[in-house]
Amino acid sequence: MAQIGQPISRLEGKLKVTGAAKYSGEYNVPDLLYGYVVNSSVTKGKIVTIHTGDAEALTGVVKVFTHLNRPGTAWFDMQYSDMDAPPGAPFRPLHNEEIKFNGQPIALVVAETFEAARQGASMIRVDYQESAFETDLKKHLDAAREPKKGMATMLKPPPPKPTGDFEKAYAEAAFKASAEFTHGTEHHNPMELFTTTTLYDGKGKLTIYDKTQGTINCQLYVGNVFGLHFKNVRVVSPFVGGAFGSGLRPQYQLFLSVMAALDLKRHVRVTLDRSQMFTFGHRPQTVQYTRFGATAGGKITALNHRSVAETSQFEDYTENVANWSPMIYPAGNTLLEQKLVPLDVNSPTDMRAPGGCTGLHAIEATMDELSYKLKIDPLELRLINYSTFNTAENKPYSSKQLKECYLQGAEQFGWSKRSAEPRSMRKGHKLVGYGMATGIWDAMQLPARAEAKITKDGKLHVKSAVTDIGVGTLTVMTQIAADEFGLPMEDVVFSYGDSKLPFAPIQGGSFTTATVGTAIVFASKALKKKLLKIAKSSNPGFKDAEPEELVFKDGLMLYKEHSVTLLELVAANKDKPVRTTNLGYPHALKLRKYSRAVHSASFVEVEVDEELGSVKVTRALTAVAAGRIINPKTARSQVLGGMVWSISKALMEETILDANLGKYMNQNLAEYHIPVHADINELDVLFVKEEDKVINELGIKGVGEVGLVAMPPAIANAIYHATGKRINQFPIHFDKLIDL
Amino acid sequence: MNNFSYQRAATLSDVVGKSTFVAGGTNLLDLMKYNLSNADTLIDVNALTDFHAIEEVPDGLRLGSLATNADTAYDSLVENRYPLLSKAILAGASAQIRNMATNGGNLLQRTRCYYFYDAHAPCNKRVPGSGCSAIKGYNRNMAILGTSDQCIAVYPSDMSVALSALDAVVNVSGLNGERSIAFEDFHRLPGDTPEIDNNLQPGELITSIDLPEKTFTKNYSYLKLRDRSSYAFALISVASALELEGDTIQEARIALGGVAHKPWRVKEAEQYLTGKKTDRQNFAAAADIILQGAVGFEHNAFKIELAKRAIIRNCIMALDPSTQLPGAQPSA
Amino acid sequence: MHTETLTQTYPVTTGTLREITLRINGEERRLSVLPYVSLLDALREYLDLTGTKKGCDHGQCGACTVLCDGKRIISCLTLAVMKEGAEITTIEGIDHPIQQAFIDHDAFQCGYCTPGQICSAVGMLQEGKAKSRDEVKDQMSGNLCRCGANQQIIDAIMDVKGGENE
Repeated sequence: MAQIGQPISRLEGKLKVTGAAKYSGEYNVPDLLYGYVVNSSVTKGKIVTIHTGDAEALTGVVKVFTHLNRPGTAWFDMQYSDMDAPPGAPFRPLHNEEIKFNGQPIALVVAETFEAARQGASMIRVDYQESAFETDLKKHLDAAREPKKGMATMLKPPPPKPTGDFEKAYAEAAFKASAEFTHGTEHHNPMELFTTTTLYDGKGKLTIYDKTQGTINCQLYVGNVFGLHFKNVRVVSPFVGGAFGSGLRPQYQLFLSVMAALDLKRHVRVTLDRSQMFTFGHRPQTVQYTRFGATAGGKITALNHRSVAETSQFEDYTENVANWSPMIYPAGNTLLEQKLVPLDVNSPTDMRAPGGCTGLHAIEATMDELSYKLKIDPLELRLINYSTFNTAENKPYSSKQLKECYLQGAEQFGWSKRSAEPRSMRKGHKLVGYGMATGIWDAMQLPARAEAKITKDGKLHVKSAVTDIGVGTLTVMTQIAADEFGLPMEDVVFSYGDSKLPFAPIQGGSFTTATVGTAIVFASKALKKKLLKIAKSSNPGFKDAEPEELVFKDGLMLYKEHSVTLLELVAANKDKPVRTTNLGYPHALKLRKYSRAVHSASFVEVEVDEELGSVKVTRALTAVAAGRIINPKTARSQVLGGMVWSISKALMEETILDANLGKYMNQNLAEYHIPVHADINELDVLFVKEEDKVINELGIKGVGEVGLVAMPPAIANAIYHATGKRINQFPIHFDKLIDL
Repeated sequence: MNNFSYQRAATLSDVVGKSTFVAGGTNLLDLMKYNLSNADTLIDVNALTDFHAIEEVPDGLRLGSLATNADTAYDSLVENRYPLLSKAILAGASAQIRNMATNGGNLLQRTRCYYFYDAHAPCNKRVPGSGCSAIKGYNRNMAILGTSDQCIAVYPSDMSVALSALDAVVNVSGLNGERSIAFEDFHRLPGDTPEIDNNLQPGELITSIDLPEKTFTKNYSYLKLRDRSSYAFALISVASALELEGDTIQEARIALGGVAHKPWRVKEAEQYLTGKKTDRQNFAAAADIILQGAVGFEHNAFKIELAKRAIIRNCIMALDPSTQLPGAQPSA
Repeated sequence: MHTETLTQTYPVTTGTLREITLRINGEERRLSVLPYVSLLDALREYLDLTGTKKGCDHGQCGACTVLCDGKRIISCLTLAVMKEGAEITTIEGIDHPIQQAFIDHDAFQCGYCTPGQICSAVGMLQEGKAKSRDEVKDQMSGNLCRCGANQQIIDAIMDVKGGENE
C-alpha cells in the first residue's frame, strides 16, 4: 500500500505524549554549568560601568562574562552572517559597550546551578550613558527608504517594476477602494524557551543541543564566529518545541553558551526566560496603503500597494508585504513599493508567513471593500478576476486550483446563506457576519542532500540534517522514502536534526517537504541504480534491466518475472550496507517558464456582541490547493495551526511598544495574548485536488504558511459584514467595536 | 530571585508579627522570580489547619483563608448559597492556579500593571517617588475610577469583586489580637501611597473571610470582559446580585472589577435601584451613577462607556442566571 | 549618566540546603535543595524528569502542569520544599487513554505543551466538573498551545471523556 496520501499518525507521537521526547534544554550531564543572561534596561547608549562584583562573590557563581572580558571572536561581519541574515552587520552579543536596543544581552552569569546564575544575574548593576532613541514607526514614516539588497533578496525579491500607468488607470476607474493598514510588532513565542546545551569534550570538540530550525546553519555560524573547524562542531536538534521562524537565525543564547563552554572548558546550558524571548527577532511593525480601481463590471484595472516596515539600525530586514496583489489579480496597471524605516530595535526576523499575512490583509480587505462598493458578492469579485496566469512574473502557474478552493469552500461553508448587506444577520445579542479572502504563498524549493542506505536487516535508512520543528517532517519523509522502495513504514528509519547528516537548508518558508523530499527521491534513484548493479553481478535475471524498469515492493526488487530481496542484495554486497548520498535540486530550466504558488481561500463566520463589542469566530473553513498532500493528517494540523494563528493575529496578539521607554511592555504570556482553547470553535480544512507535474518529482508544494494568509482578512471582512465597521488595524480588540 | 530561609509554621503564634508568608505561592513566587518581591525568610503557613475549612457560622459562612480558590468555588455550601462567588472565582486564572491559590492570597494579589512588573520602569507602587509610567504610557488596562496622580493601577482579583458585592468581612490576626475588616475597607485607593495595596498591617495574617446571611441565590451574575475567552485578566468585570419581588428590585448589589485600585461599589446606585422595576433604563441609570467621576486616559477611555454597558448586560443576565456562560463571557 | 536606581537590590540570603523526600510517580526520591528551587526545576534539573516542561516559569502557560495529590497544579509557582509529603505525578507516571487519543487526533505538533495538556486533562477528568465541550474548553484554557492544535486537543479529550461517561 502506498504510504503517501495516508493519514499516518506522527511517528514520534509516543515520545511526545509520555514526556520521553528530549528538547535542547533536557540533556542533563554531570557538572553542567548554567548561564543566565542580563539584558540592557536602556534602549540606546553606552555602558559606562558594569558592576559585576556582587554577582561574582555569590556562592556558586563561576564567572560573569561582559564585553570587557569576552573571549575573542571573529572580526568580520561576514563571519556572523548566517543563511538567513539580511543585508547589514549582524548583532554580536557582548561585542562592546554600545547599546543598540532595549533588552540587548550585556552579560552572562555562569554558575553551578540555575538558581545561582539567576540570582547572580539580578545582582548586576550598570551605569549607562543614554542617548535619544526612536522606536515608533508611525512617527518616522517620512524617513522610509529603499531596502538594501543582499543574499536574502534572492528568496525575497523586491516587488516587480510598475506596469502600465497606475495613476491614470486609477483616476479613470469606475469604482475605487483605498485604505491604510496598521500592524504592530509580534513575537513568535514558541512554547519552548530558547535553550542551548553545549557539551565540551575536553579537547575543543563541541556537541551542541540547540533550539533551531537549521542545524547546519548553526554549525557554520559557530565554526565561523569561534574559529573552530566545522568537524569539531556538531549541532543536534531532534526535538524543537516550536519556532515559527524564531529559530531560522542562530539566537544569542547559542553564542553565549558556546562562548562560555570554550572559555571555561565545561558543559554550559543557557536558557532564555520568557521575557528574554521578546529581545530577539520579531515580526516588524508595518503601515500599508492600498488603492485599487475596477470597472463597473468588477474587473480590477489598477493596483497600488505600498508598505513601510521597521528594521533595526544595523540590518535591513525585509519581507514581501506588497508583492502579492498582481500574483492573484491580473491588472494592467500596477504600482508596488516596499520601504524601510530603521529604528532603535533589534532586527526583525521571519515569523510565520512573513510579509504574506501582513500584505494579504491589506489586499483582501481592500478587495472586500471594493465588492461592497460594486455591490458584487466578494466571492464573485474574486471569480471575475480569476486567472491562472501570474501577471507579476508574466508566466503561467505550474498549477493553480484556487477556483476549486473558492467553489468547494463556499459550498461546504454555506456561503450562499450570506445576505449581502452588512448588519443584516443577527442571533440574540449578536451581529453575525460572513467574510472570505484569498491566500497565496510561494511554493519554493531549495537544494538539499540526502543519504539513502539499505542495511543487512533489509531496512531502509534515510538521513538529512533537517529539523522537525513540529510540522511532521519525520513522518512525511518516512512516507516518501517508504514509497520509493515499496516498504512498510516500520522498515524505514529517517534520521534528522543533526548537523553531521547530509546538508539541508534552514526549515522554513513552507519549502522543507519539497526540498528534503526531493533529495530523498534523488538519493533513492541513485540507490536503486546501485542495487541493480549488485543484482546484475549476482543474479543473471537482472542482466538486461534498466533502472526505470524496476519495481520495488514488499522488500523485493522486481524485474519482469525476476525478483530478489533487499536482504539478498545486501548479502551479495558482502553484508555491507548499500549506500548513497545525493543532491536533490529544483529543475531550474523547466521551472523557469512557470510561477509556483500554493493557494487557499478562507471562509469565516463571526458573531459580534452588538452592545459589548466582543468578537467570536464561531466557525471557519480554509480550502487549500497545495499540490499532492503527503499526509492529510499532519497537513491538516498545519493548516489548522495557521487558522488558530489567524484568530490570534486578527483579534489578539500584539507586542505593546511604549515609545517613551523604547521597549516592549507585555513581555510575558499573561498579557501577550495568544488564543486559549476557549477561543477556538469549529475549524475545518479542505484540501482540493491539485496535480502538478512540473513543480518537482513528488508534485508537492507546502502548507506551513498558507493557513495564515487568507483567514486574518477573512475575519476582518466578516466583522465588517457583521457590523458595517471596517477596522484596518490588527489586532481588532473589542473596544474598537463598541460604537456600533 | 534571591535565596531565603524556609520555615513551616505549625501554629498561629509562629506567624503573627512576622513576614513573609507563603500559601499557594502563585503570586508571591511569580513576583520573586521577577525580583519584584523579596524575603529573608519565607514562612509556609499551609500547615495551619484551622484556616482551611469552609464552615457555617451563626450569621453566614466562613471561608478559611487557606482554602484554595477551587475548593471554595466548588464547595457545595458556596455553590448553593453564594453562587455569585463561585462564578467569580471560576472566571479567574486557570484551573491549575485555582487549585493552588488560596482565598487569603487572592485578596493580596498585586496589580498586573505593565510598569509595576517591569523592574526598570519608573513606578510609584514599586519604588515610591519614582513616578508613574502608566499615566502617559500604554494604559489600556489601567484604572478609570479612584485614580491619583501617583498611580492608575488596577487590582486584578475576580473573587474580590464578588466578595465586595456580598459585603464580606475579612478576619485577620496580628500581634494585637484579632480584628475584622469590612470588605470595602480592606483594599484602598492609591492616593499618595500607592505602594500600599490594602489596610492589612505588617505582621497580620488573614485567617478567614465571612460571608453574611444575605445570599442572592436566585438572581446573580458575573460578567468578565477581556481580550480572550479565558485565562486573562479583566478589562472590566461586573458582579451583580439582585433580590426581587416579581419584577421589582428589593435589593441590588453591583461591584466592578478591572476599573480601580479596589473593587468598585457605589451604594447610591444600589439605593437608586431599590423599589424600581427590573428594566434596562433603570439599570442604565444605576450604571451612570456608578461611573460618575470616571476619568479615562489615552488608551482606556472606552472603559467608561463599556463599563456602563457591562453593568446593564450583567444585571439583565442576573434576571436569568442560566444565561451565564463558562469563563463569565457575555450572554448569547 | 543613568545609574539604575529603580531596581531593588536584595540582600544575599543563603538559605541552607535541605534534604527532602518527594513522592514522585509512586517512588520516594531524596534530594538536597536550597529553598528557592521550584518544584519544576527540582523535577527537571535535579531529578532528570524532563517530561515536565518550562514554558514561562510564571504560571502563564501551563506547560509545567503536574498532579499533586491528584489535583493539577503548575509546578513553576511552588517550591520543592513545600511539597514534602505530597504525592506528585508527572507525565512520566501517567498511563492513561488520553495519551493514545492525543496521537490519534494529532493533538500536538511540536509536543512541548503536550505533557502539560495531558496532565491537565487527566486532572480535569478526575475533577469531573466540566460537562459540555464549552466547559471542557474553558477548564483546559490554562494550557496554551502555540502550534494551534487546540481543536484536536479538545477532540481527543472529548473522545476519552465520552468513553468514561458511558
